[in-house]
Amino acid sequence: MDLSIAALLAQDGITNGAIYALLALAIVLVFTVTRVIWIPSGEFLSYGTLTLAGLQLGKAPGTVGLLVALAIVAGIVEVASSWRRGELARLPWRLLLWVGIPLAIALVLARAAPLHWPFPLQVMLTLAAVTAMGPLQYRIVYQPLADASVLVLLIVSVAVHFVLTGLGLWFFGAEGSRTPAFSDASLQAGAVVFSAQSLLVVLASLLLIGVLYLFFGTTLYGKALRATAVNRIGARLVGISPSFAGTLTFALAALLCAFSGVLIGPITTVYYDSGFLVSLKGFVGAIIGGLVSYPLAAAGALLVGLLESFSSFWASAFKEVIVFTLIIPVLLWRSLAAHHHEEDE
Amino acid sequence: MRGTSVAPRVAMTAFVVLLVVIPWIAPPFWVTLGNYIGLYSIVALGLVLLTGVAGQTSFGQAAFVGLGAYTSAWLTTHAAWSPWLTLPAALVLTAAMALALGFITLRMKGHYLPLATIAWGIALYLTFGNLDWLGGHTGMSGIPALSIGGFGLRSERRYYALIWAVALAALWASRNLLDSRPGRALRAMKGGLEMAEAFGVDGARLKTVAFVYAALLACVSGWLYAHLQRFVNPTPFGINQGIEYLFMAVIGGAASVWGAVVGAALITVLKEVLQDVLPALLGRSGNFEIVVFGIVMIVLLQFARDGVWPWLARLAPTRRAGTVPAASPLPSRQADRPRHAALLAVRGVRKTFGGLVAVDDLSFEIRPGEILGLIGPNGAGKSTTFGLISGSLRLSGGEILFRGRSIGSLTPYEIAKLGIGRTFQHVRLLGYMSVLDNVALGAYLRGRAGVLRASLRLDRAEEARTRAVAARAIERTGLRTHMFDEAGSLPLGTQRIVEVARALAADPVLLLLDEPAAGLRFLEKKALADLLRGLRSEGMTILLVEHDMEFVMGLTDRLVVMDFGEKLAEGEPDAVRQNPAVLEAYLGGT
Repeated sequence: MDLSIAALLAQDGITNGAIYALLALAIVLVFTVTRVIWIPSGEFLSYGTLTLAGLQLGKAPGTVGLLVALAIVAGIVEVASSWRRGELARLPWRLLLWVGIPLAIALVLARAAPLHWPFPLQVMLTLAAVTAMGPLQYRIVYQPLADASVLVLLIVSVAVHFVLTGLGLWFFGAEGSRTPAFSDASLQAGAVVFSAQSLLVVLASLLLIGVLYLFFGTTLYGKALRATAVNRIGARLVGISPSFAGTLTFALAALLCAFSGVLIGPITTVYYDSGFLVSLKGFVGAIIGGLVSYPLAAAGALLVGLLESFSSFWASAFKEVIVFTLIIPVLLWRSLAAHHHEEDE
Repeated sequence: MRGTSVAPRVAMTAFVVLLVVIPWIAPPFWVTLGNYIGLYSIVALGLVLLTGVAGQTSFGQAAFVGLGAYTSAWLTTHAAWSPWLTLPAALVLTAAMALALGFITLRMKGHYLPLATIAWGIALYLTFGNLDWLGGHTGMSGIPALSIGGFGLRSERRYYALIWAVALAALWASRNLLDSRPGRALRAMKGGLEMAEAFGVDGARLKTVAFVYAALLACVSGWLYAHLQRFVNPTPFGINQGIEYLFMAVIGGAASVWGAVVGAALITVLKEVLQDVLPALLGRSGNFEIVVFGIVMIVLLQFARDGVWPWLARLAPTRRAGTVPAASPLPSRQADRPRHAALLAVRGVRKTFGGLVAVDDLSFEIRPGEILGLIGPNGAGKSTTFGLISGSLRLSGGEILFRGRSIGSLTPYEIAKLGIGRTFQHVRLLGYMSVLDNVALGAYLRGRAGVLRASLRLDRAEEARTRAVAARAIERTGLRTHMFDEAGSLPLGTQRIVEVARALAADPVLLLLDEPAAGLRFLEKKALADLLRGLRSEGMTILLVEHDMEFVMGLTDRLVVMDFGEKLAEGEPDAVRQNPAVLEAYLGGT
């Protein structure tokens, strides 16, 4: 391996690592605020790529059907819970929120598809459509289970992963999609060539991380989420509604995943079930940060990207094996660092 | 668990008869289905113990099944081993892997094991598929059939008998295990870890044992699978199958061993039906049954978390057995009562939480055979001190000596082993277990029966003596009439007394009581005081952390008063009562 190959591998690793980092951040965010171990994050990535690919081809993506289906279920859940609590007066507003908005997005998506909108608009539409599915998922699946143990929430997450994978196959079909590169340009720096594509991915990830940093540091909603993550009961006592925090969290997390789906589209062919393995790499990164630390999770995700790209050079058939086996030494390190036996919540 | 009524036995007999009859009357397809249900039941059974009982989860059981199948496949085809010798080899390999995974993850919070098993399951699956000497993705064929002394098990019907003999044996052993010394501790792992550790249970070790047990069952299932199919490839050992095994346990009802069989049968039959119906209905091929499984799981966990088995079990109600077999109690753990001047010495102890100093430079001693009261206003640091002595909190400074030995750095279960028993301020009982079982858990350190002895029913003599110990502790605390009630059904005051009974069953040298009189009525308090006096007269030493001044004054030999984390006063109750500093702390001064 000479320097130029090493530089190429490093560039690949960092590019993929940046995408894994977005997933790792989404996973940490969801876990700290809601205690949900968000296995189905990967499906949102797949949906992101496949939605954008559909729009580029000028045909309505499967996302339309998914949104309609989720909106109908959310509507039923809302009617049932409003009925049970005797809050029927609020029902129209809730239906507008949970059914109206998703349906409106689905409608725009279906109408816009054949019109070949400019690329940035297509990206915005993709992000809006996939992001909308985050709160819907929370409302339908997790909100009714807000008091369940971490273990139950984890099992539910795996069930949701099953459902979303199967629905992905139904709505998007078995064929994979790839979106065109954002740019074919490249930069030469000495013997090393940087592709503009890679630079864009890294820059876009950094930008999104920066925006999130500002959101959590300066806005009231961001602070409310941080407060909930630190102390759920305390946050509730000062008036932060857990279901509001959950809804907002799932919207942000879905946005992160959809964004990474847009970024990964030109790099690799994405199938309806590709997201799962990508999200697991995000999980390995997040676990390096103990599922609580954002900077460590992002650094861990970068490490996963680099490890994967270098092992694809040495032992390409085993690169996934190597990446997933990394979790063992990581857990060993964390376990030895944990002084005391931890009791579950 | 231990039914004496007729209905469960009838149901059980009917089930076994049905099992035996099926292969002779049913079409071959049913026999095949029965084989798979049996194989899956064995795996799901492990998950019942791991998930439903011990509160841990694995999504990687399919990988252990694969390990069993592949080990036997390779050793029989490449090394010409007898299949009967490959089984122990596969079990050893599986145990080693499970032990390593469990050792690494089970000291941490419960979500690390499942995450590790997902990653590890995928890694192993991909390894099977990428190693040429394991046949890669095409797999390995030509695995020999089993035979027992010349009796070949080549036909599905004969193999069915073997599978279900193994499955029923595993059910029997697991059911035995749950109703035993290690079983009680295992059941406490779910929501009662801290409590169990206070009675000498090494939680991380026990959870690892449960994980290894589940992995070994999965391995046996894989071994059976390999010699049934006589061909292996990686497909059935992937992560989706691992997830489905967990679904079987949860849908069937993870709290009961029978849930495993019910869940395995439901999922297997449902999958068979859905794989026919769905593609035809949707006009497209693909494994759409996972959508149905996922939705069933979500709905179930939202509305009926205990799965299907409890509904079935209600059809054949059991009555709890109401007798304790006559047996001599277990030997006392303390042959000699200590003669140290100070049984427990707290020296310059300090505890900080961040910037908050909860206990500051606290020193006092507990002498053998006395009742020492530790009192103080709210927030004085009593409970923190209690936590430091019992090992549930770590010292920030100073030292604690028990019988002259420093215990400041020991874990709660090591401290329990030295002869310190405790109660919890917030009652920690296992609500769905009987009072007798709860109290018997207190005697954990006085028994020796392990998983193997318990599974094979070789622990009955010791178990009878344990129950005798528990029954005696219950009678002493005046709870005889509640012995077989579910602990969770008792009023809170009575539950506090059960806490005391459980601590007594441990036969401690030093008894730590954390506000035992809170929530008790006048007569209950009096009975508790009489009990504690009786214990003292037998040589027991007691540290009493209490709020209730009246209760403390009439009972204790000496008092230590705390305020703002420091010792305010120490001495005999009457002297302390006159102490101006104490009066000020309690009644408020200027």
